[in-house]
Amino acid sequence: MIGQNYAAIMAERTAIMRMSVGIDYSQYTTGLLAFDYERLLADTGYDVATAQAIQTRTAVGNTPLVELHNLTALVRAVARPGRGARIFVKDEAANPSGSFKDRRAALSIHEAVQRGYSGVAAATSGNYGAAVASQAAKAGLRCIVVQEAFDSRGAAQPEIEEKRRACDAYGAEVIRLSVGPELFYVFLCVLKNTGYFNASLYTPYSVVGIETLGFEIAVQTREQTGRFPDVVIATHAGGGNVTGTARGLQKAGATHTSVVAASVDLSGLHMASDRDFNRKSFTTGHTGFSMPFTVWPDRADVPRSAARPLRYIDRFVTVTQGEVFYITQLLAELEGLERGAAGNTSLAAAFAIAQELEADRLVVVQETEYTGAGKHPIAQLNLAKQMGIEVRRGDPRDNNPGVRIVIPEHPRQIAVVDVDLDHVRREYVRHAIESVPAEAKLSDVDIEFLAAETRTDSAVMRRLIDELR
Amino acid sequence: MAERVAPGTWVDIHRIVLRAGERAPKVPEDTKAVPLEMRTAGFLVAAAVLGDEVEVITRAGRRISGTLVAVNPAYTHGFGAPIPELAAVGEEVRAILRARCRRA
Repeated sequence: MIGQNYAAIMAERTAIMRMSVGIDYSQYTTGLLAFDYERLLADTGYDVATAQAIQTRTAVGNTPLVELHNLTALVRAVARPGRGARIFVKDEAANPSGSFKDRRAALSIHEAVQRGYSGVAAATSGNYGAAVASQAAKAGLRCIVVQEAFDSRGAAQPEIEEKRRACDAYGAEVIRLSVGPELFYVFLCVLKNTGYFNASLYTPYSVVGIETLGFEIAVQTREQTGRFPDVVIATHAGGGNVTGTARGLQKAGATHTSVVAASVDLSGLHMASDRDFNRKSFTTGHTGFSMPFTVWPDRADVPRSAARPLRYIDRFVTVTQGEVFYITQLLAELEGLERGAAGNTSLAAAFAIAQELEADRLVVVQETEYTGAGKHPIAQLNLAKQMGIEVRRGDPRDNNPGVRIVIPEHPRQIAVVDVDLDHVRREYVRHAIESVPAEAKLSDVDIEFLAAETRTDSAVMRRLIDELR
Repeated sequence: MAERVAPGTWVDIHRIVLRAGERAPKVPEDTKAVPLEMRTAGFLVAAAVLGDEVEVITRAGRRISGTLVAVNPAYTHGFGAPIPELAAVGEEVRAILRARCRRA
Protein backbone atom coordinates (compact mmCIF):
# COMPACT_ATOMS: atom_id res chain seq x y z
CA MET A 1 0.00 0.00 0.00
CA ILE A 2 2.53 2.56 1.13
CA GLY A 3 5.53 3.29 -1.03
CA GLN A 4 3.41 4.39 -3.94
CA ASN A 5 4.65 7.80 -4.77
CA TYR A 6 2.97 10.59 -2.81
CA ALA A 7 2.74 13.04 -5.70
CA ALA A 8 1.43 10.37 -8.08
CA ILE A 9 -1.37 9.35 -5.74
CA MET A 10 -2.32 12.94 -5.00
CA ALA A 11 -2.50 13.59 -8.74
CA GLU A 12 -5.00 10.76 -9.02
CA ARG A 13 -7.24 12.10 -6.29
CA THR A 14 -10.11 13.19 -8.53
CA ALA A 15 -10.34 9.80 -10.22
CA ILE A 16 -10.02 7.91 -6.92
CA MET A 17 -12.71 10.07 -5.35
CA ARG A 18 -15.06 9.58 -8.25
CA MET A 19 -14.62 5.81 -8.08
CA SER A 20 -15.03 5.69 -4.31
CA VAL A 21 -17.96 8.06 -3.87
CA GLY A 22 -19.79 7.16 -7.06
CA ILE A 23 -20.76 10.76 -7.75
CA ASP A 24 -19.64 12.70 -10.80
CA TYR A 25 -19.52 16.13 -9.19
CA SER A 26 -18.81 17.84 -12.51
CA GLN A 27 -22.45 17.38 -13.56
CA TYR A 28 -23.45 19.85 -10.82
CA THR A 29 -21.12 22.61 -11.97
CA THR A 30 -23.05 25.70 -13.08
CA GLY A 31 -20.32 28.35 -13.10
CA LEU A 32 -16.69 28.99 -12.35
CA LEU A 33 -17.42 28.70 -8.63
CA ALA A 34 -21.10 27.84 -8.64
CA PHE A 35 -22.65 24.40 -8.44
CA ASP A 36 -26.21 23.20 -7.96
CA TYR A 37 -26.11 22.39 -4.26
CA GLU A 38 -29.80 21.56 -3.90
CA ARG A 39 -29.71 19.16 -6.85
CA LEU A 40 -26.63 17.43 -5.44
CA LEU A 41 -28.62 16.70 -2.27
CA ALA A 42 -31.90 15.95 -4.02
CA ASP A 43 -30.22 13.43 -6.32
CA THR A 44 -29.49 11.18 -3.34
CA GLY A 45 -33.19 10.30 -3.57
CA TYR A 46 -33.50 10.31 0.23
CA ASP A 47 -36.22 12.49 1.68
CA VAL A 48 -36.63 12.63 5.46
CA ALA A 49 -39.13 9.76 5.55
CA THR A 50 -36.86 7.49 3.49
CA ALA A 51 -33.83 8.38 5.58
CA GLN A 52 -35.79 7.65 8.77
CA ALA A 53 -36.93 4.28 7.40
CA ILE A 54 -33.31 3.30 6.63
CA GLN A 55 -32.08 4.47 10.03
CA THR A 56 -34.88 2.76 11.93
CA ARG A 57 -33.81 -0.60 10.47
CA THR A 58 -30.62 -0.41 12.54
CA ALA A 59 -32.18 1.30 15.57
CA VAL A 60 -30.66 4.66 14.66
CA GLY A 61 -32.58 7.82 15.54
CA ASN A 62 -35.78 8.38 17.50
CA THR A 63 -33.63 9.30 20.47
CA PRO A 64 -35.23 10.91 23.54
CA LEU A 65 -35.63 14.66 23.85
CA VAL A 66 -34.96 15.32 27.54
CA GLU A 67 -35.91 18.50 29.37
CA LEU A 68 -33.09 19.54 31.72
CA HIS A 69 -35.17 20.93 34.60
CA ASN A 70 -32.33 21.27 37.10
CA LEU A 71 -29.93 22.95 34.70
CA THR A 72 -32.75 25.31 33.69
CA ALA A 73 -33.31 26.11 37.39
CA LEU A 74 -29.60 26.82 37.73
CA VAL A 75 -29.70 29.12 34.68
CA ARG A 76 -32.57 31.03 36.31
CA ALA A 77 -30.64 31.25 39.58
CA VAL A 78 -27.90 33.21 37.83
CA ALA A 79 -29.92 35.03 35.13
CA ARG A 80 -31.68 38.37 35.45
CA PRO A 81 -35.29 38.15 36.75
CA GLY A 82 -37.66 36.78 34.10
CA ARG A 83 -34.79 35.34 32.05
CA GLY A 84 -33.68 31.74 31.71
CA ALA A 85 -35.07 29.70 28.81
CA ARG A 86 -36.06 26.05 29.19
CA ILE A 87 -33.21 23.78 28.08
CA PHE A 88 -33.77 20.45 26.36
CA VAL A 89 -31.20 17.98 25.08
CA LYS A 90 -31.48 15.44 22.29
CA ASP A 91 -29.88 12.36 23.83
CA GLU A 92 -28.05 11.12 20.76
CA ALA A 93 -25.82 8.93 22.93
CA ALA A 94 -28.77 6.51 22.73
CA ASN A 95 -27.82 5.63 19.14
CA PRO A 96 -26.21 2.18 18.60
CA SER A 97 -22.57 3.34 18.58
CA GLY A 98 -23.22 6.22 20.97
CA SER A 99 -23.47 9.36 18.88
CA PHE A 100 -25.47 11.16 16.19
CA LYS A 101 -22.82 10.00 13.74
CA ASP A 102 -24.82 6.78 13.34
CA ARG A 103 -27.33 8.82 11.34
CA ARG A 104 -24.66 9.80 8.82
CA ALA A 105 -23.12 6.34 8.71
CA ALA A 106 -26.49 4.62 8.22
CA LEU A 107 -27.14 6.47 4.96
CA SER A 108 -23.56 6.09 3.74
CA ILE A 109 -23.49 2.36 4.34
CA HIS A 110 -26.95 1.93 2.82
CA GLU A 111 -25.68 3.73 -0.26
CA ALA A 112 -22.52 1.58 -0.36
CA VAL A 113 -24.67 -1.57 -0.30
CA GLN A 114 -27.00 -0.24 -3.00
CA ARG A 115 -24.05 0.55 -5.22
CA GLY A 116 -22.50 -2.86 -4.72
CA TYR A 117 -19.30 -1.91 -2.90
CA SER A 118 -17.71 -4.75 -0.91
CA GLY A 119 -16.45 -2.48 1.84
CA VAL A 120 -16.29 1.05 3.18
CA ALA A 121 -13.47 3.28 4.34
CA ALA A 122 -13.55 6.46 6.37
CA ALA A 123 -10.89 8.99 7.34
CA THR A 124 -11.87 9.96 10.87
CA SER A 125 -10.41 10.00 14.36
CA GLY A 126 -13.79 10.59 15.96
CA ASN A 127 -17.15 9.01 16.76
CA TYR A 128 -17.83 8.70 13.05
CA GLY A 129 -15.33 5.83 12.78
CA ALA A 130 -17.22 3.78 15.34
CA ALA A 131 -20.49 4.67 13.61
CA VAL A 132 -19.24 3.53 10.19
CA ALA A 133 -17.76 0.36 11.70
CA SER A 134 -21.03 -0.39 13.50
CA GLN A 135 -23.16 0.10 10.40
CA ALA A 136 -20.70 -1.86 8.22
CA ALA A 137 -20.85 -4.73 10.71
CA LYS A 138 -24.63 -4.84 10.46
CA ALA A 139 -24.54 -4.64 6.66
CA GLY A 140 -21.84 -7.30 6.33
CA LEU A 141 -19.37 -4.94 4.66
CA ARG A 142 -15.63 -4.82 5.30
CA CYS A 143 -14.55 -1.61 6.98
CA ILE A 144 -11.30 0.36 7.23
CA VAL A 145 -10.94 3.44 9.43
CA VAL A 146 -7.93 5.73 9.03
CA GLN A 147 -7.10 7.75 12.15
CA GLU A 148 -4.66 10.46 13.11
CA ALA A 149 -3.90 8.80 16.42
CA PHE A 150 -0.54 9.47 18.04
CA ASP A 151 2.33 11.96 18.16
CA SER A 152 6.00 11.39 17.32
CA ARG A 153 6.65 10.20 20.90
CA GLY A 154 4.12 7.44 20.23
CA ALA A 155 1.64 8.96 22.71
CA ALA A 156 -1.94 8.24 21.63
CA GLN A 157 -4.72 10.76 22.23
CA PRO A 158 -6.88 8.78 24.74
CA GLU A 159 -10.15 9.80 23.09
CA ILE A 160 -8.93 8.57 19.71
CA GLU A 161 -7.58 5.39 21.29
CA GLU A 162 -11.09 4.77 22.62
CA LYS A 163 -12.55 5.18 19.12
CA ARG A 164 -9.95 2.71 17.90
CA ARG A 165 -11.04 0.22 20.55
CA ALA A 166 -14.67 0.70 19.51
CA CYS A 167 -13.78 0.14 15.82
CA ASP A 168 -11.90 -3.03 16.84
CA ALA A 169 -15.01 -4.16 18.69
CA TYR A 170 -17.07 -3.81 15.50
CA GLY A 171 -14.51 -5.80 13.53
CA ALA A 172 -13.01 -2.96 11.50
CA GLU A 173 -9.41 -2.53 10.41
CA VAL A 174 -7.94 0.59 11.96
CA ILE A 175 -4.92 2.32 10.45
CA ARG A 176 -3.39 4.61 13.07
CA LEU A 177 -1.15 7.41 11.85
CA SER A 178 1.04 9.98 13.49
CA VAL A 179 0.17 13.66 13.09
CA GLY A 180 -0.15 15.29 9.70
CA PRO A 181 -2.50 16.12 6.85
CA GLU A 182 -0.85 13.45 4.67
CA LEU A 183 -3.39 11.15 6.26
CA PHE A 184 -5.35 12.02 3.15
CA TYR A 185 -2.64 10.41 1.01
CA VAL A 186 -2.83 7.18 3.03
CA PHE A 187 -6.62 7.30 2.75
CA LEU A 188 -6.39 7.66 -1.05
CA CYS A 189 -4.03 4.65 -1.14
CA VAL A 190 -6.57 2.62 0.83
CA LEU A 191 -9.44 3.64 -1.47
CA LYS A 192 -7.42 2.91 -4.59
CA ASN A 193 -6.18 -0.47 -3.42
CA THR A 194 -9.47 -1.75 -2.00
CA GLY A 195 -12.05 -0.16 -4.30
CA TYR A 196 -14.12 0.51 -1.19
CA PHE A 197 -16.80 3.16 -0.81
CA ASN A 198 -15.59 6.42 0.71
CA ALA A 199 -17.96 7.01 3.63
CA SER A 200 -16.89 10.65 3.73
CA LEU A 201 -18.44 13.01 6.25
CA TYR A 202 -18.96 15.45 3.41
CA THR A 203 -21.01 13.49 0.87
CA PRO A 204 -24.68 14.36 0.38
CA TYR A 205 -25.64 11.04 2.06
CA SER A 206 -23.81 12.02 5.20
CA VAL A 207 -25.58 15.36 5.42
CA VAL A 208 -29.03 14.02 4.47
CA GLY A 209 -28.55 11.48 7.28
CA ILE A 210 -28.55 14.33 9.82
CA GLU A 211 -31.71 15.95 8.48
CA THR A 212 -33.66 13.40 10.49
CA LEU A 213 -32.10 14.82 13.66
CA GLY A 214 -33.30 18.36 12.99
CA PHE A 215 -36.67 16.99 11.92
CA GLU A 216 -37.08 14.94 15.12
CA ILE A 217 -36.07 17.92 17.28
CA ALA A 218 -38.81 20.03 15.71
CA VAL A 219 -41.47 17.33 16.02
CA GLN A 220 -40.58 16.25 19.57
CA THR A 221 -40.28 19.80 20.87
CA ARG A 222 -43.73 20.57 19.51
CA GLU A 223 -45.14 17.38 21.02
CA GLN A 224 -43.72 18.22 24.45
CA THR A 225 -44.33 21.98 24.53
CA GLY A 226 -46.86 22.78 21.83
CA ARG A 227 -44.42 24.68 19.65
CA PHE A 228 -41.11 24.61 17.80
CA PRO A 229 -37.85 25.50 19.56
CA ASP A 230 -36.71 29.12 19.55
CA VAL A 231 -33.04 28.18 19.41
CA VAL A 232 -31.25 24.97 18.45
CA ILE A 233 -27.57 24.80 19.33
CA ALA A 234 -25.29 22.37 17.52
CA THR A 235 -21.67 21.53 18.20
CA HIS A 236 -19.80 22.68 15.12
CA ALA A 237 -16.73 21.13 13.50
CA GLY A 238 -16.74 20.15 9.82
CA GLY A 239 -20.14 21.74 9.21
CA GLY A 240 -22.29 18.66 8.51
CA ASN A 241 -23.95 18.72 11.89
CA VAL A 242 -25.26 22.28 11.64
CA THR A 243 -26.09 21.90 7.95
CA GLY A 244 -28.12 18.70 8.31
CA THR A 245 -29.83 19.81 11.50
CA ALA A 246 -30.87 23.16 10.04
CA ARG A 247 -32.19 21.51 6.89
CA GLY A 248 -34.19 19.02 8.96
CA LEU A 249 -35.69 21.80 11.07
CA GLN A 250 -36.75 23.62 7.90
CA LYS A 251 -38.27 20.46 6.43
CA ALA A 252 -40.35 20.02 9.60
CA GLY A 253 -41.63 23.58 9.24
CA ALA A 254 -39.53 25.08 12.05
CA THR A 255 -38.45 27.92 9.79
CA HIS A 256 -38.24 30.54 12.57
CA THR A 257 -35.95 28.50 14.79
CA SER A 258 -32.57 30.14 15.19
CA VAL A 259 -29.61 27.82 14.55
CA VAL A 260 -26.51 28.42 16.65
CA ALA A 261 -23.17 26.76 15.95
CA ALA A 262 -20.93 26.24 18.99
CA SER A 263 -17.25 25.27 19.03
CA VAL A 264 -14.60 24.84 21.68
CA ASP A 265 -12.00 27.58 21.39
CA LEU A 266 -8.64 26.02 20.53
CA SER A 267 -7.17 29.16 18.98
CA GLY A 268 -3.38 29.19 19.02
CA LEU A 269 -3.03 25.42 18.64
CA HIS A 270 -2.05 24.27 15.15
CA MET A 271 -4.08 21.31 13.89
CA ALA A 272 -1.19 19.82 11.91
CA SER A 273 1.39 20.32 14.66
CA ASP A 274 2.99 17.24 16.18
CA ARG A 275 3.79 19.24 19.32
CA ASP A 276 0.24 20.57 19.76
CA PHE A 277 -1.51 17.26 19.04
CA ASN A 278 -1.76 16.08 22.66
CA ARG A 279 -2.17 19.59 24.05
CA LYS A 280 -5.78 19.61 22.84
CA SER A 281 -8.35 18.26 25.29
CA PHE A 282 -10.94 18.05 22.51
CA THR A 283 -10.49 16.09 19.31
CA THR A 284 -13.62 17.44 17.64
CA GLY A 285 -16.20 20.21 17.97
CA HIS A 286 -13.40 22.75 18.14
CA THR A 287 -12.36 25.85 16.23
CA GLY A 288 -9.44 23.98 14.61
CA PHE A 289 -12.05 22.37 12.36
CA SER A 290 -14.97 24.77 12.46
CA MET A 291 -13.08 27.91 11.43
CA PRO A 292 -11.36 26.48 8.33
CA PHE A 293 -14.43 24.47 7.26
CA THR A 294 -16.78 27.45 7.67
CA VAL A 295 -14.60 29.81 5.65
CA TRP A 296 -13.90 27.16 3.01
CA PRO A 297 -16.09 24.00 3.06
CA ASP A 298 -14.52 22.57 -0.10
CA ARG A 299 -11.29 21.72 1.72
CA ALA A 300 -13.11 18.43 2.44
CA ASP A 301 -12.17 14.97 1.10
CA VAL A 302 -14.75 15.18 -1.71
CA PRO A 303 -14.76 17.73 -4.57
CA ARG A 304 -17.82 19.58 -3.28
CA SER A 305 -18.76 19.39 0.37
CA ALA A 306 -22.44 18.88 1.12
CA ALA A 307 -21.80 20.51 4.51
CA ARG A 308 -22.10 24.26 3.95
CA PRO A 309 -22.55 25.87 7.36
CA LEU A 310 -22.67 29.54 6.33
CA ARG A 311 -25.90 28.84 4.46
CA TYR A 312 -27.57 27.85 7.72
CA ILE A 313 -26.08 29.31 10.88
CA ASP A 314 -27.68 32.36 12.46
CA ARG A 315 -25.02 32.71 15.12
CA PHE A 316 -21.58 31.20 15.74
CA VAL A 317 -20.16 31.11 19.27
CA THR A 318 -17.18 29.65 21.08
CA VAL A 319 -16.79 28.35 24.62
CA THR A 320 -13.66 27.30 26.50
CA GLN A 321 -12.43 23.79 27.31
CA GLY A 322 -12.84 24.44 31.06
CA GLU A 323 -16.46 25.55 30.62
CA VAL A 324 -17.30 22.37 28.69
CA PHE A 325 -15.71 20.12 31.33
CA TYR A 326 -17.62 22.05 34.01
CA ILE A 327 -21.00 21.68 32.24
CA THR A 328 -20.24 18.00 31.61
CA GLN A 329 -19.87 17.55 35.37
CA LEU A 330 -23.12 19.49 35.96
CA LEU A 331 -25.03 17.36 33.44
CA ALA A 332 -23.97 14.26 35.37
CA GLU A 333 -24.56 15.63 38.85
CA LEU A 334 -27.76 17.61 38.28
CA GLU A 335 -29.45 15.65 35.49
CA GLY A 336 -28.09 12.14 36.01
CA LEU A 337 -26.69 12.04 32.47
CA GLU A 338 -23.02 11.13 32.22
CA ARG A 339 -22.08 12.00 28.65
CA GLY A 340 -19.00 12.78 26.59
CA ALA A 341 -17.49 16.23 26.80
CA ALA A 342 -17.16 17.09 23.11
CA GLY A 343 -20.89 16.66 22.55
CA ASN A 344 -21.54 18.96 25.51
CA THR A 345 -19.91 21.91 23.77
CA SER A 346 -23.37 23.02 22.66
CA LEU A 347 -24.69 22.50 26.21
CA ALA A 348 -22.13 24.94 27.61
CA ALA A 349 -23.24 27.45 24.97
CA ALA A 350 -26.90 26.75 25.81
CA PHE A 351 -26.29 27.51 29.48
CA ALA A 352 -25.02 30.97 28.51
CA ILE A 353 -27.57 31.68 25.75
CA ALA A 354 -30.56 30.57 27.88
CA GLN A 355 -29.65 33.38 30.30
CA GLU A 356 -30.18 35.95 27.54
CA LEU A 357 -33.69 34.69 26.73
CA GLU A 358 -37.09 35.08 28.38
CA ALA A 359 -38.10 32.21 30.66
CA ASP A 360 -40.80 30.99 28.24
CA ARG A 361 -38.31 30.46 25.39
CA LEU A 362 -37.13 26.99 24.34
CA VAL A 363 -33.49 26.09 23.73
CA VAL A 364 -32.62 22.65 22.36
CA VAL A 365 -29.13 21.21 22.61
CA GLN A 366 -28.90 19.05 19.56
CA GLU A 367 -26.74 16.13 20.74
CA THR A 368 -25.06 14.15 23.45
CA GLU A 369 -22.38 11.49 22.86
CA TYR A 370 -21.34 8.44 24.87
CA THR A 371 -18.56 8.64 27.38
CA GLY A 372 -16.08 6.10 28.71
CA ALA A 373 -12.40 5.35 29.07
CA GLY A 374 -10.34 7.98 27.24
CA LYS A 375 -13.28 10.13 26.17
CA HIS A 376 -14.05 11.56 29.58
CA PRO A 377 -13.13 14.80 31.37
CA ILE A 378 -11.03 12.82 33.86
CA ALA A 379 -8.97 11.17 31.10
CA GLN A 380 -8.55 14.39 29.16
CA LEU A 381 -7.64 16.53 32.17
CA ASN A 382 -5.11 13.92 33.33
CA LEU A 383 -3.55 14.02 29.86
CA ALA A 384 -3.48 17.83 30.00
CA LYS A 385 -1.68 17.73 33.34
CA GLN A 386 0.84 15.21 31.99
CA MET A 387 1.50 17.58 29.10
CA GLY A 388 2.32 20.39 31.54
CA ILE A 389 -0.94 22.26 30.99
CA GLU A 390 -2.14 24.09 34.07
CA VAL A 391 -5.59 22.99 35.28
CA ARG A 392 -7.20 25.20 37.90
CA ARG A 393 -10.43 26.78 39.11
CA GLY A 394 -10.98 30.42 38.21
CA ASP A 395 -12.42 32.72 35.60
CA PRO A 396 -12.78 30.87 32.28
CA ARG A 397 -11.70 34.06 30.48
CA ASP A 398 -8.19 33.16 31.68
CA ASN A 399 -8.33 29.97 29.61
CA ASN A 400 -5.40 29.66 27.19
CA PRO A 401 -5.50 26.64 24.84
CA GLY A 402 -2.44 24.45 25.29
CA VAL A 403 -1.29 26.42 28.35
CA ARG A 404 -4.12 26.66 30.87
CA ILE A 405 -7.56 25.10 31.36
CA VAL A 406 -9.71 27.03 33.80
CA ILE A 407 -12.70 25.31 35.40
CA PRO A 408 -15.29 27.96 36.35
CA GLU A 409 -15.82 28.71 40.05
CA HIS A 410 -19.45 29.67 39.56
CA PRO A 411 -22.04 28.89 36.86
CA ARG A 412 -22.55 32.60 36.16
CA GLN A 413 -19.04 32.62 34.66
CA ILE A 414 -20.13 30.43 31.73
CA ALA A 415 -20.31 32.71 28.70
CA VAL A 416 -20.16 32.49 24.95
CA VAL A 417 -17.90 34.54 22.71
CA ASP A 418 -19.58 35.51 19.44
CA VAL A 419 -17.66 34.89 16.25
CA ASP A 420 -18.13 37.83 13.86
CA LEU A 421 -20.15 36.19 11.07
CA ASP A 422 -19.57 39.12 8.70
CA HIS A 423 -15.85 38.53 9.05
CA VAL A 424 -16.32 34.79 8.44
CA ARG A 425 -18.42 35.50 5.30
CA ARG A 426 -15.74 37.83 4.04
CA GLU A 427 -13.09 35.16 4.60
CA TYR A 428 -15.25 32.65 2.75
CA VAL A 429 -15.51 34.97 -0.27
CA ARG A 430 -11.77 35.66 -0.13
CA HIS A 431 -11.10 31.91 -0.31
CA ALA A 432 -13.59 31.56 -3.15
CA ILE A 433 -11.93 34.32 -5.18
CA GLU A 434 -8.48 32.89 -4.53
CA SER A 435 -9.61 29.50 -5.80
CA VAL A 436 -10.05 30.84 -9.35
CA PRO A 437 -7.50 32.58 -11.61
CA ALA A 438 -7.12 36.32 -10.90
CA GLU A 439 -8.21 37.30 -14.42
CA ALA A 440 -11.28 35.03 -14.38
CA LYS A 441 -14.61 36.77 -14.76
CA LEU A 442 -17.35 35.67 -12.38
CA SER A 443 -20.77 35.27 -13.99
CA ASP A 444 -24.13 36.28 -12.53
CA VAL A 445 -24.60 32.63 -11.60
CA ASP A 446 -21.39 32.72 -9.56
CA ILE A 447 -22.40 35.93 -7.81
CA GLU A 448 -25.80 34.49 -6.94
CA PHE A 449 -24.14 31.30 -5.71
CA LEU A 450 -21.78 33.22 -3.42
CA ALA A 451 -24.71 35.27 -2.14
CA ALA A 452 -26.64 32.08 -1.33
CA GLU A 453 -23.56 30.57 0.32
CA THR A 454 -23.24 33.55 2.63
CA ARG A 455 -26.92 34.50 2.98
CA THR A 456 -26.36 37.92 1.48
CA ASP A 457 -27.60 39.31 -1.86
CA SER A 458 -26.03 39.92 -5.25
CA ALA A 459 -25.48 43.65 -4.66
CA VAL A 460 -23.69 43.05 -1.35
CA MET A 461 -21.64 40.29 -2.98
CA ARG A 462 -20.55 42.44 -5.95
CA ARG A 463 -19.39 45.18 -3.58
CA LEU A 464 -17.52 42.67 -1.42
CA ILE A 465 -15.80 41.07 -4.40
CA ASP A 466 -14.71 44.47 -5.73
CA GLU A 467 -13.31 45.31 -2.31
CA LEU A 468 -11.42 42.04 -2.01
CA ARG A 469 -10.03 42.19 -5.53
CA MET B 1 17.17 -15.39 21.91
CA ALA B 2 13.95 -13.48 21.28
CA GLU B 3 10.73 -15.41 21.71
CA ARG B 4 9.03 -16.60 18.54
CA VAL B 5 5.53 -15.32 17.89
CA ALA B 6 3.20 -17.95 16.46
CA PRO B 7 1.27 -17.45 13.21
CA GLY B 8 -2.27 -16.26 13.83
CA THR B 9 -1.26 -14.14 16.83
CA TRP B 10 -2.85 -10.68 17.04
CA VAL B 11 0.01 -8.21 16.67
CA ASP B 12 0.84 -4.58 15.94
CA ILE B 13 3.03 -3.63 12.99
CA HIS B 14 4.69 -0.31 12.33
CA ARG B 15 6.05 1.39 9.27
CA ILE B 16 7.27 4.74 8.08
CA VAL B 17 4.90 6.14 5.46
CA LEU B 18 6.85 9.34 4.68
CA ARG B 19 10.33 10.12 5.94
CA ALA B 20 11.04 13.47 7.58
CA GLY B 21 12.29 14.91 4.28
CA GLU B 22 9.25 13.71 2.35
CA ARG B 23 6.51 15.52 4.29
CA ALA B 24 3.91 17.65 2.48
CA PRO B 25 5.02 21.23 1.82
CA LYS B 26 2.43 22.98 4.02
CA VAL B 27 3.13 20.91 7.15
CA PRO B 28 4.38 22.91 10.19
CA GLU B 29 8.11 22.72 10.94
CA ASP B 30 7.79 20.51 14.05
CA THR B 31 5.76 17.96 12.08
CA LYS B 32 8.06 18.20 9.07
CA ALA B 33 10.99 17.25 11.30
CA VAL B 34 9.51 13.82 12.08
CA PRO B 35 8.34 10.97 9.84
CA LEU B 36 4.71 10.07 9.16
CA GLU B 37 4.33 6.76 10.96
CA MET B 38 1.68 4.09 10.68
CA ARG B 39 0.63 1.41 13.12
CA THR B 40 -1.97 -1.20 12.43
CA ALA B 41 -2.99 -4.52 13.92
CA GLY B 42 -3.62 -7.88 12.36
CA PHE B 43 -3.11 -11.63 12.60
CA LEU B 44 0.49 -12.64 11.98
CA VAL B 45 0.92 -14.66 8.77
CA ALA B 46 4.17 -16.51 9.59
CA ALA B 47 6.15 -17.11 12.77
CA ALA B 48 8.48 -14.22 13.62
CA VAL B 49 10.23 -12.37 16.41
CA LEU B 50 9.82 -8.76 17.48
CA GLY B 51 11.60 -6.43 15.07
CA ASP B 52 11.14 -8.72 12.05
CA GLU B 53 9.57 -7.53 8.81
CA VAL B 54 6.28 -9.43 8.76
CA GLU B 55 2.94 -9.70 7.05
CA VAL B 56 -0.38 -9.56 8.86
CA ILE B 57 -3.96 -10.14 7.79
CA THR B 58 -6.07 -7.22 8.99
CA ARG B 59 -9.66 -7.32 10.18
CA ALA B 60 -10.66 -6.20 6.69
CA GLY B 61 -8.92 -9.27 5.27
CA ARG B 62 -6.00 -7.38 3.73
CA ARG B 63 -2.36 -8.46 3.83
CA ILE B 64 -0.15 -5.62 5.05
CA SER B 65 3.55 -5.69 5.88
CA GLY B 66 5.60 -3.82 8.45
CA THR B 67 7.88 -4.24 11.44
CA LEU B 68 6.52 -6.44 14.21
CA VAL B 69 6.41 -4.15 17.25
CA ALA B 70 3.92 -5.61 19.76
CA VAL B 71 2.22 -8.90 20.54
CA ASN B 72 -1.43 -8.79 21.57
CA PRO B 73 -1.01 -5.11 22.46
CA ALA B 74 -3.04 -3.76 25.38
CA TYR B 75 -5.47 -0.88 25.26
CA THR B 76 -3.74 1.61 27.52
CA HIS B 77 -6.32 4.38 27.65
CA GLY B 78 -8.40 4.71 30.78
CA PHE B 79 -9.48 7.41 33.20
CA GLY B 80 -6.65 8.00 35.66
CA ALA B 81 -7.03 9.72 39.00
CA PRO B 82 -10.13 11.74 39.80
CA ILE B 83 -9.72 15.45 39.04
CA PRO B 84 -9.73 17.58 42.23
CA GLU B 85 -10.69 20.68 40.24
CA LEU B 86 -14.00 19.01 39.31
CA ALA B 87 -14.69 17.29 42.64
CA ALA B 88 -16.52 20.15 44.37
CA VAL B 89 -18.53 21.38 41.40
CA GLY B 90 -21.69 19.35 42.06
CA GLU B 91 -22.03 20.41 45.69
CA GLU B 92 -21.43 24.06 44.80
CA VAL B 93 -24.30 24.20 42.32
CA ARG B 94 -26.65 22.20 44.53
CA ALA B 95 -26.07 24.88 47.20
CA ILE B 96 -27.01 27.57 44.64
CA LEU B 97 -30.22 25.67 43.80
CA ARG B 98 -31.08 25.23 47.50
CA ALA B 99 -30.60 28.95 48.12
CA ARG B 100 -32.86 29.72 45.14
CA CYS B 101 -35.58 27.40 46.52
CA ARG B 102 -35.41 29.16 49.90
CA ARG B 103 -35.83 32.55 48.21
CA ALA B 104 -38.79 31.37 46.17
